[in-house]
Order: sequence, then structure tokens, then C-alpha cells
Amino acid sequence: MFELLGQMWQFIQNPAPEPSFISETVIYLQLCIVSTLLAIVVALPLGILVAQRQISAFLLTNFTGLMRAVPTLVFFALAYPYLGLGFKPAVIALTVIGIPPILLNTIAGLRGIDAATVDAARGMGMTSLQVLWRIQIPLTLPVVAAGVRTAAVQIVATAPLAALIGGAGYGDYIIGGLGLINIPIVLAGVIPVALLALLFEVALAGVQRLLTPAGLRVSQPSAEEAPTQAAASSDQPLAA
Amino acid sequence: MAKIAFRDVTKTYEGAKAAAVDHVSFTVREGAICMLLGTSGSGKTTLLRMVNRLIDPTSGEIQINGIATTAQNPIELRRGIGYVIQQVGLFPHLSIEDNVRVVPSILGKSASETRERVDELLRLVGLDPAEYRKRYPRQLSGGQQQRVGLARALAADPEVLLMDEPFGALDAITRERMQDELLRIQQGVRKTILFVTHDVEEALKLGDQIVVMSDGKLIQEGTPVELLARPADDFVRKLLGADNILRQFEYLPVTAALEPATHNGADGAGERIAADTSLLQAMLRLMQSDATALTIENGDKTIAGQVSLASISRGLRAGGGHLVDAGVTPDVEPESAGDAAPVSR
Ligand SMILES: Nc1ncnc2c1ncn2[C@@H]1O[C@H](COP(=O)(O)OP(=O)(O)OP(=O)(O)O)[C@@H](O)[C@H]1O
Ligand SMILES: [Mg+2]
Repeated sequence: MFELLGQMWQFIQNPAPEPSFISETVIYLQLCIVSTLLAIVVALPLGILVAQRQISAFLLTNFTGLMRAVPTLVFFALAYPYLGLGFKPAVIALTVIGIPPILLNTIAGLRGIDAATVDAARGMGMTSLQVLWRIQIPLTLPVVAAGVRTAAVQIVATAPLAALIGGAGYGDYIIGGLGLINIPIVLAGVIPVALLALLFEVALAGVQRLLTPAGLRVSQPSAEEAPTQAAASSDQPLAA
Repeated sequence: MAKIAFRDVTKTYEGAKAAAVDHVSFTVREGAICMLLGTSGSGKTTLLRMVNRLIDPTSGEIQINGIATTAQNPIELRRGIGYVIQQVGLFPHLSIEDNVRVVPSILGKSASETRERVDELLRLVGLDPAEYRKRYPRQLSGGQQQRVGLARALAADPEVLLMDEPFGALDAITRERMQDELLRIQQGVRKTILFVTHDVEEALKLGDQIVVMSDGKLIQEGTPVELLARPADDFVRKLLGADNILRQFEYLPVTAALEPATHNGADGAGERIAADTSLLQAMLRLMQSDATALTIENGDKTIAGQVSLASISRGLRAGGGHLVDAGVTPDVEPESAGDAAPVSR
């Protein structure tokens, strides 16, 4: 085992003819970060747009879910004639992977807000934009952050495949190493990927916590009172 | 303060067969608490939400101080109307302070400008600012949340307050305490309040005016005493428990059992009580003292007559178990269903 790690370390120091470890790391991070950001940019507004529309939300979540279900390799193969090789198609494929968790969580987060809260906000005289900024976004953000965290970790874990279409990154080592049946080279790719996935997970869990408003973090003193929509007779107290 | 007038207000929800609110007309006096009382589904919430245009009427109009609500920008309109919803609806991510100052803050006031106002409001609703300002809604009990909801509605000092079953979720004891507090607060702030309830006791206790609704229609409108003394029909009679003698004693004034004074009250033979004292209080007084009769005194210190246990039982027998309050001025005829009477001022 230590021998393997030692060989891996030697390889990392001089990976020629493969690209240098630093440059692969930079590319890998770029791939992951750009894809995650793109997934946010696409999924968040889409989620806000369709959250209150049952049918569009249903269609969209299923469509993006299906896109994800297409194995990434197949996706690369299908996209190749249109997008060619390199960084760009790799980013697009990874973005597709990142969209569903963010989209689903945006929709779930917005729908999870108590209708009474929004009703009160509107009744108070907030404009739709104010309701969005002051109420809906702060209440949804922690849920969206959880989606981003899932998306990012999945992207990090899938990104080695990008090397197949010339997207480079650690995938170069993994695929190259597998081709040569050279375990240390494979490890030089696999171990950084695992560490990076862990790092993203921990960092984004922190972000999620930061984005959770203090008021949502506090524990509840007592069970919530049940809604009292039941048609109770007039003289009966409606205690939960 | 503001006067609210409903003029032939109708709301039919899209796809609904019957109107949820059906040609309703009445006026709420400035500074009055008007209770919207009715069974579930009678259209109370719909009527209330038309006032701040969360719902727009299908026909008819609502005027606040003579200006139709539809002539105003709904956002501006709502900022001038306090709204307490049944489910409280506090913003869970905001501190109590920020919850209370929501309306001032959307009107552009900074936290430092509103700090004193927030403290004043929290004290008004019976919460110690030092202790509660920085807490979050989830750290409060249901009753405390209701109080904050009320403070939030009062923050921008609106002339009109809409309250939709605000105490519905509370246990009986807390509810009663909140009712007392509302009356106390109203003494100071004098808002025009529209208050939805399906609790008759609550309506009788808080209301200066009660509007009885059924199936979207206004069945009867008047003061608690008017409704108890002259229920327009069997529905109102049953709903209010107008035949409940104890309830009559509690809400009807002594003038309901008025008899001519046998002595002028100046000879000290009878204790004097105000004409708006409840029958129940008068009876308790009669039973606790040696006096056989109490002299009833009008607001201007003239003598209206007297009340005795005998006169009360005579009144009961004459009305067949139902007291008819002589103090209810006959010119306030109860409106009957579908009666789009011109709104009196
Ligand atoms: N958004 C809506 N769309 C369609 N119908 C509605 C809507 N809101 C209420 N209704 C219907 O309008 C009628 C009156 O409802 P409303 O909520 O005003 O009654 P309510 O008197 O407040 O009842 P409750 O005491 O149960 O709150 C009911 O028949 C209800 O089903
Ligand atoms: Mg209602």
C-alpha cells in the first residue's frame, strides 16, 4: 500500500507525458466550479419560475431528471457531433448533472414556505418583489444551499469522465492509468477526486449553515399548534 | 380614524356556483369594533380580504373614509391597514423586533428610527421588549406569537385593523386574556376594527357592532344588545343563543326590566345604578343588599325608572322567557337578509 502511494507521489511530481498535477488540478477545479455555478444560474430562476405552477414544475423536474438519467458517457457520445471536444462540452454535461438537485430544492423550498407567511407579507403591503427578497428567498436559501451541495459533490465525482472528451483534469490520470494498468497513476487521479469531493461537502455544509437564518436554527419550545380549520362548534375552545 | 362602508359587495369565486359574499351592505363607524360572525364558509374571510384588496369584489364597492378601495393602489392601501391573520404568519427568519417593524421598514424607516416604536408596541401587547425583542417567533408560545402579530399590525399606526379569527388557535383562558387586552389596547388606540369570529361569546364581548353572516349573506347587523333583544330570525336567535336567559342577563342593560320609579331616589331608599349596567350586575346587587329596587339613572343624572327582582321576572314572563330591551331604540330596525338598505351613518 505505502509502496503504491510512494509511486503515486513520484508520479505526481513528474507526470510527463501527462500534464502536470497543478495544471490538472486547476482545470479540474475550473470544471467543477464553473459547472456548479452554471447549474445554479440555470436551476434557481427556473425553480422560482415554476414553483407555483404545478404542471410546468412537474414536467421540468421530470425532464431534468431524465437528462440526468442518461449516462454521462452516452451524453458525451450524443453531444460530440454538436459540441465537439474539450472544456465546453464537459462543462455542459456536468451542468446537466448539477441542475436537478438545485431545481428540486428550489421548488421544494419555495413550496415549503407556510402559505400564511406569504399571505401575511402580501397583506402587509409588500410588493411581489419584496415578498421574494424579504421572505421567500431567505426562507428558501438554506434548502437551495443543500441542493447546491448535493449538485457540487455529484459534479466533482463525475468530472473525471470529462477527460474522455478532452476536458482534461484528474480524469486524464485515471483514464491514462487504467489504459496502462498502472495503479499509482490511477490513484493520482482518484485520491484527489475523493479529497475534493469531501472538501466541497464540508465547505458547502458550512455555507448552508451560514445561509440558514438564525430564526430557523433555534429550537422550538413547544410543538406547533395544529391548524384550526376544522369546523368546530362556536363555543368550543380550539386548543390543539 | 376611518369609517368603512360596504356597498352591495358581492364576490363570486371563479367556477363557483354560489356567491361567497352576496350583496352585502353595511357601515362600520369610526373607532368601532365590528364583529363578523357566522358559521364556517359563510364568507367572513372573503369579506375581510376584500377590504385590503387581497381579493377584489366581483361587484359593489368598499369605501374607507368615502374613498373606494378600488380607486387606490392595493400596495399603498394595504400599508395603511393593519392585518392580523388567523395563522399568525410571523416571519420565522426575522427577530420579533424585525417582525414588528416590517411595515415601517418597507416604508423606508431604518431600525434605529423604529426602535422606540417597537418597544412601545411590545409593551402595549404585554411583552417585555428587553426580553423579547431579539427572540425569534419559534421561541415564543402561541399566545405570545398572537401578541406579536397584533403589534406588527399596529406598527404603522393604521386607521383600520383587520383581524381574522386572531385568537382562534388559543386555549380558552389565553383567548379570554387576549380579548381583555384587545379591549384595553383599543381604549388607547381607537382603531376601526373588523374582527372575524365564529365564537358568539367573543362577538358579544368585543363587538360594538355585530354583523351576522350566513351563506354569504348579511342576515342581521346591530349592537350585541340589539341582536340579543331582537334577533331577526331563528338563525340569529339560535346562533346567538338569544333564548339563553343567562346570556340575556349578562348583556342586556337594566332598562330591559325598567319599571316606573316608586320613589324618586332622593330619599336614599334605593341605590342608583347607570342605565347601561347589565341586568346580571343589577340582580347581584339586589340580592346582596336589602334594597328591593335600584334606581336607574341616565347619563345626564335624570332618573329613568327603577329595576327590581319583581320587574325582571315580570319582564321575563311577559316576553315568554325572553326580555325585550326597552332601551333598544326602535328606529334601528334590524336589516333582513338580502335587504340592501341604504347605509346609515
Ligand atoms: N380562493 C377560493 N376559491 C374558491 N372558493 C373559495 C375560495 N376561498 C373561499 N372560497 C369559498 O367561499 C366560501 C366562503 O369562504 P370564506 O373563507 O370566506 O368563509 P369563512 O366564513 O371565512 O369560513 P371559516 O369560518 O371556515 O374561515 C366558502 O364556500 C369557500 O369554500
Ligand atoms: Mg375564514
